[in-house]
Amino acid sequence: MTRSWGGRAAGLLVAGGVLLAVVLLSLVAGNQWFGPHDVYVAAADFTGSDTDRVIRYLRFPRTAVGLLAGAALGLAGAVMQGITRNPLADPGILGVNAGAALAVVVAIGLLGVQSLTGYVWFAMGGALIATVVVYLVGSVGRGGATPVKLALAGAALSALLGSVTSAITLLDLSTLNEFRFWVVGSLTLATGSIVTQALPFIAVGIILALTLGRSLNQLALGEDLAATLGTRIGLVRVLAALSVMLLAGTATAMAGPIAFVGLAVPHVARALVGADYRWILPWSLVLAPIVLLLADVVGRLVARPDELQVGIITALIGAPLFIALVRRRKLAEL
Amino acid sequence: MKPIRIGPFSTRVDVASIVVSVIAWVVTLVIAAISLTLGDYEIPLAKVLNTLAGNGSLIMTDVVVNNRLPRVLVGMGVGAAFAISGAIFQRLARNPLVSPDLIGINAGAALAAVLMITVFGTAAGWIPAGALIGSLLTATCIYLLAYKKGIAGYRLVLVGIGITAIVGSITAYLLTLADIYTAKSASMWLAGSLAGRSWPHAILIGITLLVLVPAAVAGSRQLRLLELGDDLARTLAGRVELSRGLLIAVGVGLAGLATAAAGPIGFVALVAPQLARRLVAERVAGLLAAGAIGALLVVASDLLAREIFAPTALPVGVVTAFLGAPYLLILMARANRVGRGG
Repeated sequence: MTRSWGGRAAGLLVAGGVLLAVVLLSLVAGNQWFGPHDVYVAAADFTGSDTDRVIRYLRFPRTAVGLLAGAALGLAGAVMQGITRNPLADPGILGVNAGAALAVVVAIGLLGVQSLTGYVWFAMGGALIATVVVYLVGSVGRGGATPVKLALAGAALSALLGSVTSAITLLDLSTLNEFRFWVVGSLTLATGSIVTQALPFIAVGIILALTLGRSLNQLALGEDLAATLGTRIGLVRVLAALSVMLLAGTATAMAGPIAFVGLAVPHVARALVGADYRWILPWSLVLAPIVLLLADVVGRLVARPDELQVGIITALIGAPLFIALVRRRKLAEL
Repeated sequence: MKPIRIGPFSTRVDVASIVVSVIAWVVTLVIAAISLTLGDYEIPLAKVLNTLAGNGSLIMTDVVVNNRLPRVLVGMGVGAAFAISGAIFQRLARNPLVSPDLIGINAGAALAAVLMITVFGTAAGWIPAGALIGSLLTATCIYLLAYKKGIAGYRLVLVGIGITAIVGSITAYLLTLADIYTAKSASMWLAGSLAGRSWPHAILIGITLLVLVPAAVAGSRQLRLLELGDDLARTLAGRVELSRGLLIAVGVGLAGLATAAAGPIGFVALVAPQLARRLVAERVAGLLAAGAIGALLVVASDLLAREIFAPTALPVGVVTAFLGAPYLLILMARANRVGRGG
């Protein structure tokens, strides 16, 4: 693949075209297949027929949540991999999603918060706290935050947060009943109001993340050199943490804790366009929803008439990639 | 270590280890006795002891012997089993983070058991068989995937994290398929719980310990040699891979069957050997001392789990995670500071 500016930009356009195609596929595919014309009718010429209602009230929100959550998780993963210079960074593996999940369960199960605009703040708070704790524990001592230390800190924190979450859900049967469908990571709970409520948070997070490209490039040279080049490392870290909080927190609030999208997509982007974060970030933004929506479509089709939740598909695809990365010899290399 | 010689036989006895074990078991028994007095209604200790001696009324016998005693015994048994398994793994890998709960062996056993619960229900005797097969399969997968010209501790842990993610998501999927009551009992079980444990569970874990602990102790000489490194061990003892394989099988069996009896109670296998090591002030933890500390941890955690939010009882695994996870974070922070981490 060409690494020239024009080549990368053209490639990005092509990827955008693929994304559009996948969005359309997600609208028409499923237990019931529809034609593109049905989608047009449901959007522009709503008649209230069963087909129109399925597309408008189920497929549209589901696809929109997949689009937003995918973009958010991919971008969050890319920012985390850049800021920690860690090929294993992912909001799922580093415990950020687990922090958001616990906060959402506390908000819904114990405090009775109902709307997404209510509990999204909890999710972001949980995501932020988990991010800070994992980074602090993982970066103590010689060598700073190495991939191994961060991954272990994330696993330990996830275990702790997960057991608190399960303690809360076990206290109440109805909470457990909702929770078990949400915790696998699923787009089936999507509604139109969830999409409109989440959109502003995701949008701010995306803008924030996309401004970080140049700084992440300089950080990749090492902190000392980056500081010499004029990067304000402290500020970059704060901005990165804020964007991860907005993106991973909101995505988890919408669709449950989905792992491995944030891990896999930036690696694919890196393989396609090289190590330049000014390109990795926008590519991750476009590629991640393609991956998530495709995973969701696959989940709808493999177990008909039932469904496999999207979080299970991403884990089945992403975890082997994670293991392959671990087996690679020079883990610290990024 | 003190050498003891009786006629032609000689052995070395670790006095500190024995003292720690005995104290831990005494404390465990005291806590167990307190546990027996508590429940839906309190029974004075004297009456409990009287009943255990066989002189209680019919109702007392039913409550104490058939209801409360198996729970306490299962707690002790799985605590010891998890801890000894953890000690074997930590010493084989020469890494305190390599324990069956962190590298995904418990998760594998749990997946197989949840499969059994959703297919056959909780009462079936399929859970132990499933958990054992699940843990062995998972351990084999992890070992093969982490093997690359030998086994490095950190690669093992990271591969374990990946495997745990796959296995955990399949488990979560199974939970969405079941009806809500099955899902509830499976979730209770997944958190690691001693609630409703009866004599079959106690007998299962008892037999497990009777068979596998002597095997582990017999292998501990080999364990000490393997700790010296493969080359030296090969010179001194010969068949390194065989003894390592047997020790791993014993460790997996202990963790898998303990998971079958009480669910994947987290962090006991990780923490107990480390506590034992510090109490004994040795470089490595003796297996029996670790087992004693493990029993103490689980029985004490279960008492806490029942009493904190009484009358609502938490699963014991929630308490052990609460105690264990911060310890793990501290352990890592400390290992990192002296430069051994990562």
